Amino acid sequence: MAIYNTNEFRSGLKLMIDGDPCSIIENQFVKPGKGQAFCRVKLRNLKSGRVYERTYKSGETVEAADVMDTEMQYLYSDGEEWHFMVPDTFEQYVVSEAAMADAAKWLKGQEACLVTLWNGVPLSVAPPNFVELAVTDTDPGVRGDTSGGGGKPATLESGAVVRVPLFVDIDDLLKVDTRTGEYVSRVKN
Amino acid sequence: MCDDWQPTAPIENIRLRAALLAKTRQFFAARDVLEVETPLLSVATVSDPHLQSFSTRYNGPGLSAETSLYLQTSPEAAMKRLLAAGSGSIYQVCKAFRDGESGARHNPEFTMLEWYRIGFDHFALMDEAEALVQALLGLNGAFERVSYRAIFKRYLDLDPHAASQEALWQCAVDAGIAGGLVVDAIDRDGWLDLLMSHLIEPHLGHDTPLFVYDYPASQAALAQISAGVVPLAERFELFVTGIELANGYHELRDADELQRRFEHDRHLRQVSGAPVPVGNNRLRAALEAGLPASAGVALGFDRLLMLGAGVRSIDEVLIFPVARA
Repeated sequence: MAIYNTNEFRSGLKLMIDGDPCSIIENQFVKPGKGQAFCRVKLRNLKSGRVYERTYKSGETVEAADVMDTEMQYLYSDGEEWHFMVPDTFEQYVVSEAAMADAAKWLKGQEACLVTLWNGVPLSVAPPNFVELAVTDTDPGVRGDTSGGGGKPATLESGAVVRVPLFVDIDDLLKVDTRTGEYVSRVKN
Repeated sequence: MCDDWQPTAPIENIRLRAALLAKTRQFFAARDVLEVETPLLSVATVSDPHLQSFSTRYNGPGLSAETSLYLQTSPEAAMKRLLAAGSGSIYQVCKAFRDGESGARHNPEFTMLEWYRIGFDHFALMDEAEALVQALLGLNGAFERVSYRAIFKRYLDLDPHAASQEALWQCAVDAGIAGGLVVDAIDRDGWLDLLMSHLIEPHLGHDTPLFVYDYPASQAALAQISAGVVPLAERFELFVTGIELANGYHELRDADELQRRFEHDRHLRQVSGAPVPVGNNRLRAALEAGLPASAGVALGFDRLLMLGAGVRSIDEVLIFPVARA
């Protein structure tokens, strides 16, 4: 079991805290000129996504979390589970609905995703930053309106609903930023 | 390809350092305080349990082979020996070295401005520190002054001199900053440091710089302790926009008390497993010969530059911080 000393703390380091895998977002060294040194750490709980702070006495040790990010291709979903494959090894992983969280609504198949494994089990999935998806439902497009003002909801083929400009029509192919959930542009098809 | 050869400080901050150093020298020249230079390397080092020294070895004429020499954590001991020898008021801008300290406000090698004023107490020295910081940062208006007791009362409604270790721990737990630390994971002063650094300091000195004075006697370091129902360390710290900038003492002059504090530090270091340094016999002899009544203060010059430049990371005022040194 790997152990980290507070001196080894840095952004991205994965730790086991209160039984949950966490990732360090930020590490702050706090020390009065005359006095005890501390590390004030901002963490993300990798299971819940919750961000919180925790303070360690300088020199404390913390158990490492066996967490690693692996690029995988999304294959298909049976509605309850999502199936991924590591392209190089053809090794397949099954991801639960809880671990998929919001990622599911951006995927239609074949996308390269970053799957975070904890002790070999998928913990979370990050979809590609940008995806191209067709519109399956929206109010009829307003021709000529390219002002970008206003906007309306559009349902995409993967199930996501995003806010789009008024000129967008059903069957249009859109580029969307999955990190913000925002429409980027229309893609020529 | 090595891409970390370049400085982290922009050229305007490098120029600001030169400009503020020149102003500092003008300030002390106008007040007839003598600039001095004392050694960075010494056979003796600080006993403060929370300061870790770098050490190296000397081989050559003048000292016995393989003599351990320490890089100073501050010029305090050497400057006090000079005061005892009759130098009068003195100041120094020098490098100080502290192992294990690196972060947004720390670099293991940093620049310290330290000065001593004959006949001053800590209140008179606060006046002068205020005048210097005003001059260097272009500030107007009096700085705020609040006792250590009053600042804990203000932010935590707690008496730092009377509260038990359990009460301090509970306060940290309630604020969600105790981490997994149990009540005796750190000592009483450790809990005070945690509360001060996490819950109080970030609020200090935003509208106007603020001095905190009259520290717990257990945090006296080498400051005099006043007699009273609650003995207090005649010590102050200066905070500007949440940053600890300076730390000053009405200086301890009693050689026997110096020895007692040194023994206490040694004991704390033994308990924590830290290296236990030998005593500084030359400092002790200087106090036995007679240290003039004086007050002294150390100011983190890099942090002053951070404030002058309006930056939040020390790397932006250091040419090559330790990761690029």
